[in-house]
Amino acid sequence: MDGDGALMELFAETWQYLFDADSWTGGGGLVARLLEQLLLTATALAAAMLLGLPLALWLGHLGRGGFLAVNISNVGRAIPTFALLALLVAADWPGSGDFGPYGRAGLATLIALVLFALPPLITNGYVAMREVPTDVKEAADGMGMSRRQRFRRVELPLALPVVASGVRLALVQVWATATIAALVAGPGLGRIITEGFARNDYAQGMAGAVVVALVALVLEVAAAALQRAVDPMSNAASHSSSPRGVGEMSEPSTTVEEAPTGS
Amino acid sequence: MTILGAADSGPSCYSRFVNEWFCWQYVEDRQGQITDALVEHVLITLSALALGIAIAIPLALLARRIPRLESAVLGFSTGVYTVPSLALLPLLVPFTGLSAATVVIGLGLYALTILVRALLDGLRSVPDDVREAARGLGYGRARMLTRIEMPLALPVVMAGLRVAAVSTIALTTVGTLVSYGGLGDLIAHGVQRDFRAELLTAAVLCVVLAVVLDVLLVLLQRVLTPWTATVR
Repeated sequence: MDGDGALMELFAETWQYLFDADSWTGGGGLVARLLEQLLLTATALAAAMLLGLPLALWLGHLGRGGFLAVNISNVGRAIPTFALLALLVAADWPGSGDFGPYGRAGLATLIALVLFALPPLITNGYVAMREVPTDVKEAADGMGMSRRQRFRRVELPLALPVVASGVRLALVQVWATATIAALVAGPGLGRIITEGFARNDYAQGMAGAVVVALVALVLEVAAAALQRAVDPMSNAASHSSSPRGVGEMSEPSTTVEEAPTGS
Repeated sequence: MTILGAADSGPSCYSRFVNEWFCWQYVEDRQGQITDALVEHVLITLSALALGIAIAIPLALLARRIPRLESAVLGFSTGVYTVPSLALLPLLVPFTGLSAATVVIGLGLYALTILVRALLDGLRSVPDDVREAARGLGYGRARMLTRIEMPLALPVVMAGLRVAAVSTIALTTVGTLVSYGGLGDLIAHGVQRDFRAELLTAAVLCVVLAVVLDVLLVLLQRVLTPWTATVR
């Protein structure tokens, strides 16, 4: 790996690998692994949202459990994803057995993915509800809305952009963790990388990394577009039917939105 | 000698037949190996953080002056953060080979993205009237930065540094891909050989390291910003 010649050769080999039909097809090929990882990511994100969001939104609505909701992100960051995956795989349950379409160590991987998706979802969901301005809530009460109406028609729409940014962070986290699953011989695209490194086939390792990184960027861009789409204020602005001055509320807090996740 | 000793007292708690999760005997017997991994882990983490800080400070100061650079820096940092660590390391291997430098540079990049944002947020949090007051007192640009802006930005910057430090400790384990993962190497070995004591010991040490480093940074922040202590 020394000298420009070797470097260029490696890039050429990586290129060759990526444009070789054989590396995409077949049991352990790029397509199969990509679908496996997308399936894992979608399942885990959906499960984490079902588990975490109702809890976080409800806690935020009540204004209770804030300490837990905010600090869970710090705890999630301190636990290495690799270590948790390794513990789950080495344990008697869930172990490293095959799990339906999720492949080897599928269940262990899914559990780890859900656990690491929860902190950003819970923290952002909680903070989103807390950040709905008090005077808006009071105005809703003054208009005679019931608690339930206030929650569904006032608090939830205003909280949505910050909730969506939590989903976006969780998506990045889940994709990263699903890749790391390969370090414990789990499913997903990471296997292309680890198998390449195990066989000293660095071109394959590089090719796997390129695909993983590109899909990650595509997912992030798609999530960002989705986040803009659910922002009621940006919609209102384009329809120009909202009263003036409301736009100020939609500014998401930078500290929450940009808190990075450990991956 | 050791074989005889083991035969006398039955299989140790980390033998293949027992394979217990908690095994102090393992920690005693493999003390040297564990210490080596721990030291490597700490060195990689600290080097990555130092690298991140060394690049983040000038970059943030430049980006603050040039708005176009700022949006480029923020876009780049979002991009880097989106790339999973297991994919970032292979992309560096052609340039740095299978060395500790690969891990340090990769993790340094992640730390950089957090730190640049924290620095920009911190400097932005300095109230404008404080700046004006300092200017009125005759502070020049350099003295304003070191005496007024940096100290006031410190709480936000330290919060960013804590996030960077804790996640770098956790991410160092992934360095095992290029065989420089500190405690991650023990975890990888533990998974391959189904060696539970080794696996759990390394995992627990990772979390302990993260907590210790976080506490140290909180103490450092207390020392550096004594005026915030009364508020808390």
